[in-house]
Amino acid sequence: MEVRLEGLTKQFTETIAVDNVSVTFESGKLIGLLGPSGCGKSTTLFMISGLLKPTKGKIYFGNDDVTNLAPEKRGIGLVFQNYALYPHMTVQQNIMFPLENLKLSRQEALERTKEMATLVGINELLDRKPAQLSGGQQQRVAIARALVKKPRVLLLDEPLSNLDARLRLQTREEIRRIQRETGITTIFVTHDQEEAMSISDKIIVMSKGLVQQEGIPQVVYNKPINLFVSKFLGNPPINTFDGKISNGKIIIGDIELGKTNCNDQNVVIGIRPEDFKVAEDGFEVSITDLSRIGRDTTVYFNLNGIETRALINSEEVSTVNKIKLKVKREKIHLFNPEAGDCINE
Amino acid sequence: MNKFSTFKTKFNDLRWRMRNYKNDVKSLITNFFDKIYIGRIFKLNFFKGMLYLSPALILILIFTLYPIINSLLMAFYENYTPVDGMIDGFTLDNFKSVLKPGFLVAIKNTALIVFVSVPISVIISLFISVMLNSVKFLKSFFQTIFFLPYVTNTIAIGLVFSLMFDFDYGLINSILEFVGNTFVGDFFDLFGVTISPLHWKDSQATYATAMTTLLIYTIWGSLAFKIMVFTAGLQNIDKQYYDAAKVDGTSKWRIFTKITVPLLSPMIAYITITSFIGAFKSYTTVVALFGETGRTAGSVDLRTIVFYIYGYIMNGNALNPGELSRGAAASLMLFGIILVFTVIQMYVNKKRVHY
Repeated sequence: MEVRLEGLTKQFTETIAVDNVSVTFESGKLIGLLGPSGCGKSTTLFMISGLLKPTKGKIYFGNDDVTNLAPEKRGIGLVFQNYALYPHMTVQQNIMFPLENLKLSRQEALERTKEMATLVGINELLDRKPAQLSGGQQQRVAIARALVKKPRVLLLDEPLSNLDARLRLQTREEIRRIQRETGITTIFVTHDQEEAMSISDKIIVMSKGLVQQEGIPQVVYNKPINLFVSKFLGNPPINTFDGKISNGKIIIGDIELGKTNCNDQNVVIGIRPEDFKVAEDGFEVSITDLSRIGRDTTVYFNLNGIETRALINSEEVSTVNKIKLKVKREKIHLFNPEAGDCINE
Repeated sequence: MNKFSTFKTKFNDLRWRMRNYKNDVKSLITNFFDKIYIGRIFKLNFFKGMLYLSPALILILIFTLYPIINSLLMAFYENYTPVDGMIDGFTLDNFKSVLKPGFLVAIKNTALIVFVSVPISVIISLFISVMLNSVKFLKSFFQTIFFLPYVTNTIAIGLVFSLMFDFDYGLINSILEFVGNTFVGDFFDLFGVTISPLHWKDSQATYATAMTTLLIYTIWGSLAFKIMVFTAGLQNIDKQYYDAAKVDGTSKWRIFTKITVPLLSPMIAYITITSFIGAFKSYTTVVALFGETGRTAGSVDLRTIVFYIYGYIMNGNALNPGELSRGAAASLMLFGIILVFTVIQMYVNKKRVHY
């Protein structure tokens, strides 16, 4: 089921949480709504679920306008950030609860519950209470409860934020698997760019209630549309420098990085740490610190007064404190210093 | 300014040094006492704790524990005269003489108050607080209104109720008369029920009408506190449970029975147990409506168990030896009844309450 938002706006008394958002969530895809806290991503999700009413704009599920439809009539499954499992019911009762409101025979309901429990892998936990489960198991129960009605769209609000680091890795693969197996359109909200990049078919980056950029994760990562997106994606974060273009050359301080067709102007230059390469014809920097983690080494150096990080293959770094680096032209991102927009050639 | 700030620095410095000194002394004392063991269980901390508890403990000993033990013993005294404290020995006759027909009526009255008023008032207050929780407009205004009976004097409310249930000028009878003359009255006439003013609490009142008046008054008076407790409990329930239920299309009634009530069950259990105990001890409500005699002018007996106990106490003087013992015996029986019901409730709650 394709979900389409048209000019969706949510205004709370003082602030505009979501500002004229128009995006399409393609059918059968796993789509990540990504942004820092307070960017309006959860508000958007709750408007899609119907728990919040939009101030303006339309929501379409396929061809149906669901903007004024009550949540239960939209055919959605919603997984809350803290799972909202009913503490007084067993796992089985929790999963069966949405079915009790449908016209279903008990036998059929039980079968569906079993089916969902098998899908998320909690078959042996059906008689336990939520308090007796680990965070990851609770998460699975919540997903099973959301899926048991066979909804058209699955919505997940910060699905991994309550889990520890190891479980988070495991669970996000799990979410990916469940989504693949059921083929359900899934929208999930997260503030963790790594999480979104690793499992999404598409990411939508939001900030201050506006959609900044949408697309396939790797494309958004490689071609950030503005300074915010470039800074928000990537860990360790992108290095940014105040530089300029003069005579078709990209210049930071007194270092020339490459050539461009752009007009002469001041620019913000963004270079991701992994895009530095060791090269004999590069510019020379003096290393202030080194941290070697297996295959990669993070090199810290000062470039035109900015503390800079570069990720370099460990074999190419000796203990010398001077190193020659180079950046490929297509890896240098140029942004307008005022608007923050990417400067295209 | 400068002078002041140097003074401040010096002062803070001094404070710091004093605190260091205090800590030194403290650790010295603790280290000293740590080496001394006063027996194996009674370490220093025990005595320290006792010292802090002693004001409360002494008061409890004098005004609670001693009377309890004393009344326990008193129930078995024979011909106890409180003036000189003389007794003729120990006996079980006190219990026998308490169990007169009048006392059985008192037990019946008390039981009616307990088993009718408590369940009804718990259910009504639960509904009211759920509704209060869902209103947004003038919420605290309504909360204040519903809490007002709690801060109002029981006797004052009783006087108002007496007026409202008056045969000639009472509001209730005015309403009954009005309704009886409309089509509703005609409708009920078809079934042989006449809606007309009733003798609620005057000389012609029957047991049924007098008891109904008392029950309405008891229920209404006990709503306030329950509503407050339930409202507080409802505010502690995570809103997301309701959102989740809403997404699943759960009806209001099912949300109430399947989510609100179970999540509120610890509160409901607490309220039920305390109200049962309170209702077993009801006395002021009867006095407020029917005066110190506990009867209507037509001598319908509405006295409760506690009424009897107070009666024995008031009669207990040198001329009536043994009255206090009978009061003690009656209160011991009341204690027994309350204990049995509380134990039963605790047992039921263990199975049905989700903590």
